[in-house]
Amino acid sequence: MKVAFTASGDTLESAFDSRFGRAEKFIIYDMENGTFAVIDNGQNFQAAQGAGIQSAQHVVASGAQALVTGHLGPKAAKVIFAAGIAAYHADAKTVGEAVSMYKSKALKPMRDADVEGHWV
Amino acid sequence: MKVAIASGKGGTGKTFVTVNLARSHMHPLVVLDCDVEEPNSNLFLTGELVARHRYSIMVPQVDGDACNGCRICADTCEFNAIAVIAGKPLIFEDLCHSCGGCAVFCPQEAMTEVPHEIGTITIRQAGTVRLVEGLLDVGKALAVPLIRAVKNYEKSTEGRTILLDAPPGTSCPMVWTIGDCDAVVLVAEPTAFGLHDLQLAVDTVREVGIPFGVVINKDGLGDARVAEYCQEAGIPILGKIPHDRQIAQAYANGDMVVDSLPQYRRLFVQLWASIEHLVFSKGGSHG
Repeated sequence: MKVAFTASGDTLESAFDSRFGRAEKFIIYDMENGTFAVIDNGQNFQAAQGAGIQSAQHVVASGAQALVTGHLGPKAAKVIFAAGIAAYHADAKTVGEAVSMYKSKALKPMRDADVEGHWV
Repeated sequence: MKVAIASGKGGTGKTFVTVNLARSHMHPLVVLDCDVEEPNSNLFLTGELVARHRYSIMVPQVDGDACNGCRICADTCEFNAIAVIAGKPLIFEDLCHSCGGCAVFCPQEAMTEVPHEIGTITIRQAGTVRLVEGLLDVGKALAVPLIRAVKNYEKSTEGRTILLDAPPGTSCPMVWTIGDCDAVVLVAEPTAFGLHDLQLAVDTVREVGIPFGVVINKDGLGDARVAEYCQEAGIPILGKIPHDRQIAQAYANGDMVVDSLPQYRRLFVQLWASIEHLVFSKGGSHG
């Protein structure tokens, strides 16, 4: 099973990004074999609006069945949940740390958006 | 003649200048309150309700049976307002700019445009002043379509002078308000913040290319840097309104200063003359 993590770099040592829509990268980690792929989210990092929606579509397209991030806004949450992806809140320093937390089932599932939308 | 009253900074006195200018005009005129997130000219220009109606923009609606989940609608949308998940489009009305592109390009003709209410337009008659006001619904983000709808009332104003109370700031709502005006009056307060935001507003108005001048409100507060800046930049100072406790009291009571403090009537009459000079001699600062 693949799990998406919000990251600010290309490796498991890179900082875990607490933002979802404007995360710089997504690390798609394969829990079966411990490999991962990196999705660049730079386009949405700079988007004028709707970054959360586009980022959520990236995650859906990656085939991930779960998402681990810091916070999720209402529009992104709508897309993530419509796709049947489980979302988890993590307060981790690195992506590797967030992966370990996920593996040890230490993360709280998110039932809804936990932050408000924001406008430019 | 169409004149916008704008400012970079909020709270510098746009509405104060607008309503007192309106009251001191010799002929019937029209005020368009384009500050749709917080319209407050109506606190001063009180009068008979002429009309009120809801305003809607058009947003897409999907016919689930006709849609085959091809994603062309989501790819067409420049505003990230459509996501296609599990073969079904999810529409985010708050982000839609009503361009209609998704409906045009949908190969299945599964998209239709339907009205989506975003605010209210109210028309009042306050003496010789016709006030048209837009009020955006709480939680709605798109001010510009409502501002355009308010400005649409220009067409029925029979050549009367129009004053536009602009939203604060220098982003799209302000630019749309001033866009086609004959002149812009920038209201500034003589403080450090006032100067900073005035400079942003000046850059914006110069970019749009409309004659403009500055009214210094609360003159006597702060320092002389706003006046010095205007002088150096070749921007006409159209008037100075003193920092006077009596003005603040009258305003807080919902009174027109030109009514309750007659000594200030002359100031606004002179301001009209300066504005007319700006428009007809094109003598203002262009850039």
